[in-house]
Amino acid sequence: MSAAIKVMNRADLTKRLVSKLKSDEAVIGGIGNANFDLYAAGHRPQNFYMLGSMGLTVPIAMGVALAQPERGVIALEGDGSILMSLGCLSTVATVAPRNLTIVIWDNGLYQITGKQKSATGAATDIVAVARGAGIAESHWVTDEAHFERLIERRYDEGGPVLLAVKIDDAPGVGQTPRDPALIRNRFMKGLGTSRAGDLDG
Amino acid sequence: MAWAETFLNVLKDNDIRLVPYVPDNVLTPLIKGVTSDNFFQPICATREDEAIGMAAGAWMGGVKSIVMMQTSGFALIPNALASLTVPSQIPTLMVISERGTLGEFNIGQQLVARTMRPVLDTLGIAHHTLTDEATMPFIVDRSIKQAITTQAPVAFILSPLLTGGNPVAHAKLSA
Repeated sequence: MSAAIKVMNRADLTKRLVSKLKSDEAVIGGIGNANFDLYAAGHRPQNFYMLGSMGLTVPIAMGVALAQPERGVIALEGDGSILMSLGCLSTVATVAPRNLTIVIWDNGLYQITGKQKSATGAATDIVAVARGAGIAESHWVTDEAHFERLIERRYDEGGPVLLAVKIDDAPGVGQTPRDPALIRNRFMKGLGTSRAGDLDG
Repeated sequence: MAWAETFLNVLKDNDIRLVPYVPDNVLTPLIKGVTSDNFFQPICATREDEAIGMAAGAWMGGVKSIVMMQTSGFALIPNALASLTVPSQIPTLMVISERGTLGEFNIGQQLVARTMRPVLDTLGIAHHTLTDEATMPFIVDRSIKQAITTQAPVAFILSPLLTGGNPVAHAKLSA
């Protein structure tokens, strides 16, 4: 990891990312702060907010990406959560969905459980891990301008891509409604896969 | 093997296409079957909960899938079922090859197998133990349709009575 990497803010970058989306990309917000900040950036029908199942952000995103190969899919994941499921990076590299982008918010902390230090705050370079797993397009984001350039792209091709971002220890700024069935239903509506019916008006 | 072919035909009839799995000896004929047939998209996952997450994402994206695992692998997924698929009302289809019974040599397999049905019952997940090829298509077909219609997971447990069990285990017991 280069020394010239700026520590940024997850809520700020999430807003920048969401504002750049042009093609109804699906965004999977990982458990905790990743989905709180996604919700706070302004709800959109193609957002899925994880209220549990820590570690499964990338697998869920990959399932969506395989099911809808023409749609760009973005996973927003924390360092603690991806450390729980590093094996999924190998699966992503092997299957290589071209429409999958993974963003890792890395503050080297389990921020939400009391700021305990994580392995990425001590010894582990998540981009090196991802490259070792076989995701060649894995990069550290150096600053906000670099992030803006990296997200100014089509998400339905060129993947899998992993962008790792050093962030501060600020907590999430929003609170997603705690209704998994509603979240799933709305997400499927956003993807055009829900059961059609007059109930939705 | 005939039972595997019969099982895969039912999956085809129900348009189950994505098959995330973690390898297992008893599942080999199913894995070979989905790997050699372009109808299916098999994906070898590194862990069973990863496979459950993938199947959940695929369902929301409009593709039906079934997750294949061994008994010990099921023990890795209760959190994924309890915090993702059950509360989200996602019909996760699972096929679990049953170890730990009817001729097991590994004490760990024997112990972990005892956790499987109590966990499924606790989570309110329907499960069917498949013991013979004759009744299997009816059970699997109806249960897949019920799972999808009611948006609830279902588990099919492959008994050694159906599959013959793990050949390695059998050899060790007989040695």
